[in-house]
Amino acid sequence: MNSLFISASLITPGIGLIFWTTVVFLLLLVLLGKYAWKPILNAIKTREDGITKALASAESALNDMRELKSNNEKILAEARNERDALIKEAREAKDAIINEAKSKAQKDADRILASAREQIINEKNAAVTELKNQVATLSIEIAEKILRSELSSDEKQKALVNNLMKDVNLN
Amino acid sequence: MTSKISTYKRFSSTCFVIFALFFSLSLKLNASEPVEPSTDETGAVVSENPHDTKEHDPNAPVDIAAVAFEHILDSHSWHLWGDHSDAVAIPLPVIIYSNTKGLQFFSSSKFDHGAEYAGYILIDEEIIPVDPNETVYDFSITKNVAQLMLTAAILFLLFTSIARAYKNTGVTSAPKGKQSFFEPLITFVRDDIAKSNIGAKSDKYVPYLLTVFFLILLNNVLGLIPIGANLTGNIAFTLVLSVITLIVTNVNANKHYWHHIFAPPAPKALYPILVPLEIVGIFTKPFALMIRLFANITAGHIIVISLVGLIFVFKTLWISPVAVGFALFIDVLECLVALLQAYIFTLLTALFIGSASADHNEDGVHNDEDEKATAHH
Repeated sequence: MNSLFISASLITPGIGLIFWTTVVFLLLLVLLGKYAWKPILNAIKTREDGITKALASAESALNDMRELKSNNEKILAEARNERDALIKEAREAKDAIINEAKSKAQKDADRILASAREQIINEKNAAVTELKNQVATLSIEIAEKILRSELSSDEKQKALVNNLMKDVNLN
Repeated sequence: MTSKISTYKRFSSTCFVIFALFFSLSLKLNASEPVEPSTDETGAVVSENPHDTKEHDPNAPVDIAAVAFEHILDSHSWHLWGDHSDAVAIPLPVIIYSNTKGLQFFSSSKFDHGAEYAGYILIDEEIIPVDPNETVYDFSITKNVAQLMLTAAILFLLFTSIARAYKNTGVTSAPKGKQSFFEPLITFVRDDIAKSNIGAKSDKYVPYLLTVFFLILLNNVLGLIPIGANLTGNIAFTLVLSVITLIVTNVNANKHYWHHIFAPPAPKALYPILVPLEIVGIFTKPFALMIRLFANITAGHIIVISLVGLIFVFKTLWISPVAVGFALFIDVLECLVALLQAYIFTLLTALFIGSASADHNEDGVHNDEDEKATAHH
């Protein structure tokens, strides 16, 4: 009986506690809301925003750096290509110059050689002609001298005629 | 998932209450029989006052149910320790409004040892006027009210000091001490309770949810301490909180919510049945909220007291390892329940607010998808 009565009071809300809970809770809600939750939540929000911003800026800085790095690499690669191209060009130019020089030298050499050869031939011809003339002169002089010595006496003239006659076959 | 949890909690709390009530009633039956003659002969007033029974028979069986309810129910004085005439208790102010005498203030110590004061008498913690024509409304600062005020003061001092810490150290430095302990709880309530259930408009409700969460949590924990008051296990307290939740939910409810109640998506012929059901549904949700917290906390306390009471019922020390072991187990469980119930109350409050003020755009999309899916099949 007693416990039944107490059980009933267990599930019967008392007016006093309802009143005080309402008053105290609403007061607490207003006071905490104004003096605690607002500054705390604002501070947490500000910090979170700060962290988010810092993370974002770190991310963007990383991206910038990555971009910079890739740019650098691109520039480096370009420079390398350019250098290669330059070297190649220089080599080609060098080769061209050498080849040109070579061919020019060859041509010069050939031309010099040809003119030398021509000159030699001319000189030789001249020499030969002169030699021929001298030989002819000499021969004439020799022949004159021989003739003079051969026909200096009658015996010798006779001997010559005989000798010549010997060779002539009259058959 | 939450509904599953809540159904489970509702079920378990109901079981706890039934179990605890059965247990305490059976204890009462066992214990009360030998006491019966003494209460009968001393009359109603004396029987209601356990202070005098000690003189009668020191070996009389202990009324565990009475002890249990004494711990669970509110009291006009804050009992610390001791029994009967050795009891050490802090007297609390009594405030009553009488239809004949108006407002009256006096100390609860005036009622000590069943005394009558100013025409009132305290029976089972109820102030009853001697004059039968007088009606009184008890607005006393009872043990529960005192603890409520104490915890409100603690929470105010604690959180304003944390707020000050944010102001002093700024937001660029890492939180320290109290700040670092409470900040995860605050962000948990803000993000995982408010934002995930209410959505974009959750910021408005975060202060309410935080206040509810920390007030319930602190009082749950204080209720576990032997001299603490069982405030969260008092139906008046949970009633007020759930009524505030009811008001907050319905004041902020949108067109869709009311449309769903007064014009549910069903054949018009069913409206006479559905609309009253939906209207009842507005109240059942906070009602369940009220019962859940009250029953869970009260049940836990009844079990602990009943288990400790086994020692006095069996009148042997040999039962104490069993009783203490089980009581310790339940106490540890209650520590979890203290946190869990504060979480569940706050979570369900957020859920109710969220479902009443949700945009329901997602719902429409969802339905469209469902229709597409069924058409596809």
